[in-house]
Amino acid sequence: MKQADVVIVGAGPGGIAAATAAAQHGRSVILLDDNPAAGGQIWRDGVEAPGHRRDDEESAARTQALQRLETCGATLLFGYRVFDAAPSTLYALREATGDDNVIAIRYRNLVLATGARERFLPFPGWTVPGVFGAGGLQALVKGGFPVHGKRIVVAGSGPLLLAVAAHLQEYGAQIVCVAEQAPFSRLASFAFALRSHPAKIRQGLRYRRTLRKTPYRTGCWPVSAFADEKTGVLRAVELTNSAKSWKEECDLIACGFHLVPNTELASMLGCALRNDFVDVDENQRTSVANIYCAGEPTGIAGLDAALLQGEIAGHSCAGQPAKALRSRNRAEKIFAARLQRTFQLRPELRSLAKPETIVCRCEDVRYQSLAARTSWTDAKLQTRCGMGPCQGRICGPATEMLFGWKMNSIRPPLFPVSVNAFCLSNAQQDLTQENA
Amino acid sequence: MPDVVTVWVNGVAMQIAPRSMVSAALLTAGIPCRKSETGEPRTALCGMGICFECRATVNGVPHSRTCQLICRDGMIVETER
Repeated sequence: MKQADVVIVGAGPGGIAAATAAAQHGRSVILLDDNPAAGGQIWRDGVEAPGHRRDDEESAARTQALQRLETCGATLLFGYRVFDAAPSTLYALREATGDDNVIAIRYRNLVLATGARERFLPFPGWTVPGVFGAGGLQALVKGGFPVHGKRIVVAGSGPLLLAVAAHLQEYGAQIVCVAEQAPFSRLASFAFALRSHPAKIRQGLRYRRTLRKTPYRTGCWPVSAFADEKTGVLRAVELTNSAKSWKEECDLIACGFHLVPNTELASMLGCALRNDFVDVDENQRTSVANIYCAGEPTGIAGLDAALLQGEIAGHSCAGQPAKALRSRNRAEKIFAARLQRTFQLRPELRSLAKPETIVCRCEDVRYQSLAARTSWTDAKLQTRCGMGPCQGRICGPATEMLFGWKMNSIRPPLFPVSVNAFCLSNAQQDLTQENA
Repeated sequence: MPDVVTVWVNGVAMQIAPRSMVSAALLTAGIPCRKSETGEPRTALCGMGICFECRATVNGVPHSRTCQLICRDGMIVETER
């Protein structure tokens, strides 16, 4: 059993900021993450491409935050994923080490900095090898997958698309085009509103400069991915802008439709959600008194918001509310609302899946078997949709878009674990209750 | 740090840059991680440990998410074939 005054789940920018702030006030801190290193998705470290250079402004902030984390005295646990909880206790399992590597972590205060994942929408061919998430491909490239000389179509929605395209190009990929489903008019007013966030404008301009020869097609989305019939290798994607459709030949597709907050752990712990996000007060406190939440699970707003809210949560946990940071946080919340409006998904995306298109990749459940179902629970019971290892994290947001279903059945284990590991966490819960 | 690490993918030695992920090694080799319920080949999708499409047996532990594991010298990776 490990314990700390402040336990933080998620070592992305929000979790790092929370850990550093709480440690500043002399609190004992444990920061855990299922990735092998700190940084989360946006600050993911990795294999550098030859001649690749990191963005200076971003890189300096990252280096500084990681250095402060290293020296702040927090205990860092990597490769651990939380799968169960009891009052003031989390249970986590170490990846790929077999059954019995379960640890219990007791907390006085908990900060959830669990980030976001990409939203995937099923379209014919989206399960063909060579079709990745947008952030997904970026992470895999940082993980050592070489894309030099590969023709890549970046598609979907959200500010991430430009960042991913610029990054892939720096690794030597040939970006065929970036297809953004949001219409030009929305993007234009979004860009205009950004004038109050100069750093975000500078970043956007840097991406545009890197991609100056790459078409950025707005109001444009993927319809179908095609594999070679003999080899099964991806060869093209059909795009449309509703007026016309055309094929782009490519080796890879990086496709994600903006982000979905990771709220599963918060839900399991009983934290209230509002409009699908974890509801927090001005101190980032959730509806559960000793649980705080920072960053994307409280509203998709990106790096600056995560850093700020993590810091606020860290101070709040230590009983030192950071009133001075609140006005900046209000500005970030306005930015989050603007992002949501700008990259709202168009209704045409609901009709991309054909009857035989797989919606649930874990269980290979096709659109035609889901169309007659009435709810998420009905679909789970009748078709096994969402019952596989990802526990509906991929197909859940897709079926919400397709059928309007809400995933309302979050319960432990949050991830598939062996029966041994699950029994171990339950045995420890019984012990804890007896001792209490 | 050595220039390359060697991992064994389905019994074949493969050399890859240090700090590479196991998922990246499989993609580089063009080897799918698993077969789906209806027999389709699948490779990593999300790259961040959410989708479980990249799972394979690593050092004897089945269903390991290869996108969360760094290649270590001598690692044994078995995919579903």
